[in-house]
Amino acid sequence: MRAADPRLLRHARAARTCLILAVLLGLAVTGLIVAQAALLARALAAAALGTGGRALAGTLLLLLGVVAARAVAAYGGEAAALRAAARVKSQLRRKLIGHCLRLAPAAADGPRPGQVGAQATRGLDGLDPYFARYLPQLVLSVLVPAAVVATVIATDWVSGVVIAVTLPLIPLFAALVGLHTKAATRRQWRLLAQLGGHFLDVVQGLPTLKAFGRAKFQEGVIATVTSEHRSAAMATLRIAFLSALVLELSAALATALVAVETGLRLLYGHLPYQAALLVLLLTPEAYLPLRAVAAQYHASAEGTAAAETIFAILDTPLPARAVRGTAVTGTAVTGTAVRGTAPPGAAAPVPDLRSATISLAGVTVAYPGSDRPALDGLNLDIGPGELIALIGASGTGKSTALRLLLRFVDAGSGIARAGGTDLAAIPAGQWRAQIAWVPQHPRLFQGSVADNISLGQPRASRAAIMDAARLAGAAAFVEALPHGYDTPLDEQAARLSAGERQQLALARAFLRDAPLLLLDEPTAHLAPDAAAAIDDAIRGPLAGRTIIVATHRVPGLAGASQVITVGGDRRAEPASRPASPLAGAVIR
Amino acid sequence: MSAGPVPASLARDRRPPLLRLLAMARPLRGRLLGAAAAGAAATGCGTALLALSGFLLARASQHPPILAISVAVVAVRALSVGRGVSRYLERLASHDVAFRVLGQVRLAIWRRLEALAPGGVAVFRSGDLLTRLVSDVDATQDLFIRGVTPLLAAALVGGAAVTACLFILAPAAGVLAAGLLTAGIVVPLAGAVAARKAARAAAPARGKLAASVTELLDGAADLHAFGAADAALADADATDAELTQADRRTATACALGAGLMSAVTGLTVWAVLLLGVAATGAGSLSRVPLAVLTLTALAAFEAVTALPAAAIQLGQARVAASRIALVTDLPDPVREPSRPRPLPPGPFGIQLRNATVVYPPGGPPALDRVSLDLPPGRRVALIGANGAGKSTVAAVLMRLRELTAGTALLNGHDLASYAADDVRSVISGCPQDPHLFDATIGDNLRLAKPGACDEELDAAAARARLLPWIASLPQGWDTPVGTRGAAVSGGERQRLALARAFLASPPLLILDEPTAHMDPPARRALTADLLAATEGRAVLLITHDLDGLDQVDEIVVLDHGRVTERGCHRQLRHAGGPYQRLREGLGEGGS
Repeated sequence: MRAADPRLLRHARAARTCLILAVLLGLAVTGLIVAQAALLARALAAAALGTGGRALAGTLLLLLGVVAARAVAAYGGEAAALRAAARVKSQLRRKLIGHCLRLAPAAADGPRPGQVGAQATRGLDGLDPYFARYLPQLVLSVLVPAAVVATVIATDWVSGVVIAVTLPLIPLFAALVGLHTKAATRRQWRLLAQLGGHFLDVVQGLPTLKAFGRAKFQEGVIATVTSEHRSAAMATLRIAFLSALVLELSAALATALVAVETGLRLLYGHLPYQAALLVLLLTPEAYLPLRAVAAQYHASAEGTAAAETIFAILDTPLPARAVRGTAVTGTAVTGTAVRGTAPPGAAAPVPDLRSATISLAGVTVAYPGSDRPALDGLNLDIGPGELIALIGASGTGKSTALRLLLRFVDAGSGIARAGGTDLAAIPAGQWRAQIAWVPQHPRLFQGSVADNISLGQPRASRAAIMDAARLAGAAAFVEALPHGYDTPLDEQAARLSAGERQQLALARAFLRDAPLLLLDEPTAHLAPDAAAAIDDAIRGPLAGRTIIVATHRVPGLAGASQVITVGGDRRAEPASRPASPLAGAVIR
Repeated sequence: MSAGPVPASLARDRRPPLLRLLAMARPLRGRLLGAAAAGAAATGCGTALLALSGFLLARASQHPPILAISVAVVAVRALSVGRGVSRYLERLASHDVAFRVLGQVRLAIWRRLEALAPGGVAVFRSGDLLTRLVSDVDATQDLFIRGVTPLLAAALVGGAAVTACLFILAPAAGVLAAGLLTAGIVVPLAGAVAARKAARAAAPARGKLAASVTELLDGAADLHAFGAADAALADADATDAELTQADRRTATACALGAGLMSAVTGLTVWAVLLLGVAATGAGSLSRVPLAVLTLTALAAFEAVTALPAAAIQLGQARVAASRIALVTDLPDPVREPSRPRPLPPGPFGIQLRNATVVYPPGGPPALDRVSLDLPPGRRVALIGANGAGKSTVAAVLMRLRELTAGTALLNGHDLASYAADDVRSVISGCPQDPHLFDATIGDNLRLAKPGACDEELDAAAARARLLPWIASLPQGWDTPVGTRGAAVSGGERQRLALARAFLASPPLLILDEPTAHMDPPARRALTADLLAATEGRAVLLITHDLDGLDQVDEIVVLDHGRVTERGCHRQLRHAGGPYQRLREGLGEGGS
């Protein structure tokens, strides 16, 4: 049994003061328990000899003082421990969220969002018993029995020996049973996490399930998954509680043994009554901390298993570019990890896309876990102010080409440069500040319509926002919304049609003051007249920017300076202008 | 696979939410009582063990013959074994009950969501929904393990201890009763009231955090691209601070309970001792009953130590239960008939007459007096700008949304007089933005027709032009599509959804923008394929694609919920109306 996970202890350092306070107050409680037992035994023994209440006034007053002090120490200890837990949880949560955000755009199959959400809340709450109860109890489980055994030996050495011999059995049993339950607990937690993801998945797919009359069938699946979870959990608990049974039995039997043994010696006059009473009152206290620490260990097993899942996510290395010091999310909030790893001066200067040319030569991108490259040998020169159309069948890599230009993925082979600088050496954050993007499935966020349009230009004026919306053809439906541009949007903007969502994303991209505009099927959901309006905007008001459109629509190609077929013949069609000398040099 | 009976319907129940949760355990009350009895036995054995040990020592100190204490010696050992065994049984029984109740709550909630979706569910953020269903529903589990069972066990043991003391010294029994009631009821309630405030703050903060994490990670690419990741992370951190603040308040409430509990226990034992010592001094009580009395009082408090936690648990469960009720109490988006009309044998025909939908209430109509005929074999194309109401027509026909006015008829009878599931077995197809489940390609297709054989899957995939792609994948049909189909491209997702519709093959097929995300040649081929494949069957094709519409029987143009033009391709193409304008805007495509 691993008593304490070193990585968790490292995080516990943040709450060290609170934890030390909790342990100190726990020790004070122990001292007060011993004092209370001694005073009780003295009062009972004295009263047995016929001493009246008046003679015992001092003892009783002292006992009252001990009771009050114990209550205060109990309050302080619990408060300190739980505050420590809250602090550690918050620290872990922030790390988890920040790390996942950095991982997310590069990985197609990163941690599931719903699962991370569950880990960050319910999963981490499992750490409460770990920090608030288990860790302080772990320290006390060593100190308290020692103090009690010393007191008992001083009172009656025979009973002291009985306790000292039986005590070590408890950690021994705990270790044996713990060995058996650890793997099972971990399995159970995985199952629970799976269930969390499963539920989000089926709830999001409920409309689809209903369309095919499969929603009621899912009841059966949920029932099965839940019942499987119960069987797995009960199997674990039968073993886990077995250890508690063994512990309780050994503690209770030892108490009975001491009671009988002191009783018999008392009977034959080998032991004074007061000493026997003190031993009886103290014996359970010697076993209590060990039983408690074992119970807390099991109660916190769920939390430590959750923590291990979280550490596994935190241990997933960030894509290479972040390590090279090109912060993915700036440095303002939680950027310490990224900032810390940046070798000074490693980042190249950021080329100005208003004047720099981007050259791709034989660029291939493969996602991990896939043996088929997502983008295979793309050749492309992008000059400032050009309008370039990427065409090709679905799945040939048009979106991947845009993701490469966004620096979500790096080229596996081939050469990708901007203004002569290797793309992979350019800090991603500053590079992206020059780009606006309309993905195939744009996300809308909590907040108003205006907030969503100004995502990349937070200080944009209302007039600028309205201009962008007008350009994207979104103005009419936005103004028809109950609160116009201030209408709050639900997740995935459920009340908006796919086309309206796309128009908002277009407005978002148009508003951003970025010289490079990447449009991924920008008109897939639009009616022909709305699509035509976007084409007009691209050729008209937006003409000064460099624009790359991945498209299926033939009209969108009119006016393009280059039409590049991605995939298929694996070669770019002859460019409408000579390839840059740089590209030639690199290709040889 | 059988779901088992769910005892209480969650919908439209006027009882307090917590009671509704508790009522769900009614079929399991035998198990629940068994768990409580085992718990009482465990605590009772512990109390009796200390009391009897006190008797043993006090009697032995009078140096009687050994026979006088031999029964006590045996009983002490028996009690120590009994205590461990009954505690083990109680733990197993209470956890088992809790898991079983949890299963029932999950099912009841799923059934409710199933009736509400999609109209009723979309108003919630799905991250929030996830916490609601995982966190709040899991709180039900704790409600029974930590809330209900210890309360019952404490009442039994406390009552027995007070009764025993009553035979020794009545005033001391009174003090003990007062102390136990304070420690078992007053202190827990005070702690719970303090914790309730914290829980009220924590539950929404937790939901908000989970939702914002889901949103943050789902939209990570957009946030990074627009340089908004840091701001979004700062928002999440602010929510985290809110949650941590709530956690701290809970900590204080818990600690207050622990301190008060310790004070009440100590004071009660002290008062019992005081009364006992006074009675001994007065000569009315001997040493043996004095020891038994004091040690019983000391041990009896073990019964109530779990109650502050239980009260906090009940408080938290109440908050969780009312949040569950917020979801389950939403009105049904469509009314189900009490006695659904059986489906006619077919063929099937649909009529919409002046169909009007106003949503949300008071807003502009999404559909405004739309009439539509879909007799067997007729194919109708619905075209129009985004937001013109095309998808609302599909939602009405699939019984996902109720008409505000007008009628919808299936074979001459009101659509609402049939069971909604029956309607969807006749009228179904490919929804807009179809969902891909985190499973294999094969599983995602098969959900449309679970009993389908491999040949049927192949045939459906072939008609959606999906087969070459599947064949090119190393894992073929067993390739996982990733979360929300993240591992497949937009076009493949659309084809997969189309293959589903072909596999399900309902008599009336609704295809909502089946060719989005596809390239023009594939679009034309697919449109031709789907028109060829649907000969002789009623089809409602919602599309922006104007190619191939010469093959459909009727073209209906919608604008702002109204029909602005209708007729066949031949009638409309030179009519100078919206259809002609739309086609010219498209430059006749490439045809």
